[in-house]
Amino acid sequence: MTPRILARLIAAMLVLAAVMSVFLLQFEWFGDAASEQREPIDTLFDVMVVLSSFVFSVVVVMLAYAIWKYRAKPGDESDGEPIHGNTKLEIAWTVIPTAIVLVGAIYSWIVLDDIEAKAEDRMPINITAQQFKWTFEYPDAGVTSNELHVPVDQQLEIQLTALDVVHSFWVPEWGIKRDAVPAGFGGDEVDDEFVVTPNEEGTYTNICSELCGFGHATMRSLVVVESQEEFERWLSQQEPSAGAAPADGAESGSGESGSGSSGASG
Amino acid sequence: MVAALKAPGLARGALGFIVGSAFGFGLVVALRAISGLEVFQTEQTGYPHLIVPAITGPLGFLVGLGAFDYWFRWAVGKPTVPEDHSQHGAHTWKDYFKFNTDHKVIGIQYIVTTFFFFLAGGLIAMVMRAELAQPGTQIVDPGVFNGLFSTHAALMIFVFVIPVFAGIANYVLPLMIGAPDMAFPRLNALSFWMLPIAGLLFLGSFLVPGGAFDAGWTGYAPLSTGAPLGQSFFNLGVQFAGASSVATALNFLVTIITMRAPGMTFWRMPLLVWANLSTSLLVVAATPFIAGVQFMVLFDRALGTNFFQAAFGGDVLSYQHIFWFYSHPAVYIMMLPGFGIVSEVISTHARKPIFGYRLMALALIGIVVLSYTVWAHHMFVSGMFSWLRVPMMITTLLIAVPTGIKIFSWLATLFNSVLHLRSTAMLFSLGFIVTFVVGGISGVMLGMVPIDIHVSDTYFIVAHIHFVLFGGSVFTIFAGIYHWFPKMTGRMYDEKLGRVHFYLTLVGMLGTFVPMHWIGMEGMPRRVADYSSQFAEWNLVISIASFLLGIAQLVFIYNMVVSWRWGPRATANPWRAKTIEWQVSSPPPIFNFDEIPRVVGGPYEFGVPGARHAIMAGEEAEVKAPEPAVVGTAGGGGGGSPGTGGTRT
Repeated sequence: MTPRILARLIAAMLVLAAVMSVFLLQFEWFGDAASEQREPIDTLFDVMVVLSSFVFSVVVVMLAYAIWKYRAKPGDESDGEPIHGNTKLEIAWTVIPTAIVLVGAIYSWIVLDDIEAKAEDRMPINITAQQFKWTFEYPDAGVTSNELHVPVDQQLEIQLTALDVVHSFWVPEWGIKRDAVPAGFGGDEVDDEFVVTPNEEGTYTNICSELCGFGHATMRSLVVVESQEEFERWLSQQEPSAGAAPADGAESGSGESGSGSSGASG
Repeated sequence: MVAALKAPGLARGALGFIVGSAFGFGLVVALRAISGLEVFQTEQTGYPHLIVPAITGPLGFLVGLGAFDYWFRWAVGKPTVPEDHSQHGAHTWKDYFKFNTDHKVIGIQYIVTTFFFFLAGGLIAMVMRAELAQPGTQIVDPGVFNGLFSTHAALMIFVFVIPVFAGIANYVLPLMIGAPDMAFPRLNALSFWMLPIAGLLFLGSFLVPGGAFDAGWTGYAPLSTGAPLGQSFFNLGVQFAGASSVATALNFLVTIITMRAPGMTFWRMPLLVWANLSTSLLVVAATPFIAGVQFMVLFDRALGTNFFQAAFGGDVLSYQHIFWFYSHPAVYIMMLPGFGIVSEVISTHARKPIFGYRLMALALIGIVVLSYTVWAHHMFVSGMFSWLRVPMMITTLLIAVPTGIKIFSWLATLFNSVLHLRSTAMLFSLGFIVTFVVGGISGVMLGMVPIDIHVSDTYFIVAHIHFVLFGGSVFTIFAGIYHWFPKMTGRMYDEKLGRVHFYLTLVGMLGTFVPMHWIGMEGMPRRVADYSSQFAEWNLVISIASFLLGIAQLVFIYNMVVSWRWGPRATANPWRAKTIEWQVSSPPPIFNFDEIPRVVGGPYEFGVPGARHAIMAGEEAEVKAPEPAVVGTAGGGGGGSPGTGGTRT
């Protein structure tokens, strides 16, 4: 391969990568963003879109060129050149990807620390998951609800618990997800706390995203992000909860699968 | 009739199944009656009178089939039946339904059986896509739907992708290394016959009270420990599939290490052999973990142990750690043999040596080592120790490096080649490079903790695993089947139909799995029978594309069946390949070689004047082998040329 062809191939790769990146960056891939944590995650993803476009372009351009250039003429039964390898090239495509992924790992680590950074002023909320409903407890106000109402621009410190099987709390617009694990013997070792700071008022959905049985697909709850005044008005209208733990036993026994109660499925 | 029941075979196997099941059933009933317990325990997870026969019945079947005849006589000190080779090789089609010790027969048995389960799993996927074509519930209720995606995955993973590679390697690998058979032919046959048992246990779970297992193929506790009876069938099916895998892997290891033809040094092994060596290293060490963890779930369910039942003090996250300690290496168990196939196909049809052969082999070993250190990237949102996330992220991203080496080396192999696209195997191999790169890219994204937190357990994951398992593994499986079809059947397949199959599969695959990325990132969780109406349009597109993908496989089946029966006769070496399996007739003689070949060079010496890979019996006189200098410098990932006279530019 002459240097001129190599230069043209590299140019083709860069052009394709640029076109792909520009096109792909037009979309809001993760949907609307509504938390402080989503911003660094979205930026990281955009960087990955550009990087991935480049990797994809390198592979596709090389493959397309090889097929176009070296395709056998009909009846050509000869062999290709007996090239067994090239040590410099092989070192290059070992070292360069290693460097790229390590930089990516460090960048991700920084983003991770960023989105898990705790603010001074946090509002604690205890969330309990069970087949197939969510309960939200505001320990400071002594209030329990089936809807999650939170004030805007306030960091929430969420503590998750599950009563029966593993569930998962996810509000896509917040970009944060964490499993609710039924605490057993190793309960204290489960990392069931996370922080999130909603920064857009609106109505969202919390989607259970860990398979939890028959009602998994519909195990959702309303999430309302509102101004501090509206939130306080809502909070004052709620019935105070009797104790810290939400009512148990009514819905489901421990360790029992919801699909069992739907025995008709068989 | 009586004679048929006395001789080893399917009839005696059926009898063995009945006797075994009756024994298990009787044992449970009798023991419970003696102990003063209720005779039939039919609480949700119980049913010991069905679980125990589900173990003893299949074992009775294997005994009846004749899997243990030789060993039993030996073990009790009776004179063994002299080996008359009556159980070796296929003379009629009926021999494929018997306990047969010929690796070529076993290879065909594996491939046909696993494709049966591939079609079963595919049909289940079609039902799911029909249900998901619109939001709401139309065809199956959510409970059934959970059972469908669980069995779909279990069938595809445990009784299609993993064993079909074992089947292809079973047929090809002993021929490739110049061995007369596998090291342990009887163990090999036993390994195969455990496989249909596993698949039938998975499918049979549809018939039991409570329906098929519905906790996903991951079977997370405590959902699985409390699930209905079907879950026990999953636990047991995994045991049979796992035992089959481990026994086969041991067999491959011993065969590859001890039975290579004289002259075949490690650096002269074809990359398919390297790939199966690596895969087997993963299987023997990792598979016991899933076998163990499924036994623990079964014990929690049936015996009242408390490994994972949170309510009684079990440790929920331990299940996930043990499960993924197998199931992440399993991803490579499902991919490395495909890498080997692609290397063979690309080198042969590009008429060029594999670029950087030694680094290609070392990359496989690198993947084996790294893949044991990344399992917890499936658990970034699980609530496990938070400090474990960053090291697992780094190892996960690093695994892209050896994988990238393989992609770049295949591409470099194509440069300055004489590239033939006439073979469907080559089309699937080149298509694989593109689809697998997409799966690799989404894999790197998933490896980054912040992105994973958002897209974990969404359709983005579904898209990713199908890009690596369909665009990756299944494409290479098709490449392997097309490539060695002439060798296995002695017939040529129809290339036109092959091309139709390839292009339909490619379009169907992209149409099905590309949009899944988008809806996942936007907020559609995985494993749901119903979804928010905002995703309706894309789900309809996905469903239509998936039906196209399903129909495309009918073209493949038609081509294979018709060509096997009526295709034109294949020559010994239709692709003009260098490796040993192509130097014997198609199909090969029952005992492979009259005399073991002698290996004198690297496996891919295309374009090297006078180079030979192996000298077959009877050729010694005609060919004076150019004795190659065996270059000993292995270091640095690209030491000397493995071959005779090629260049490293």
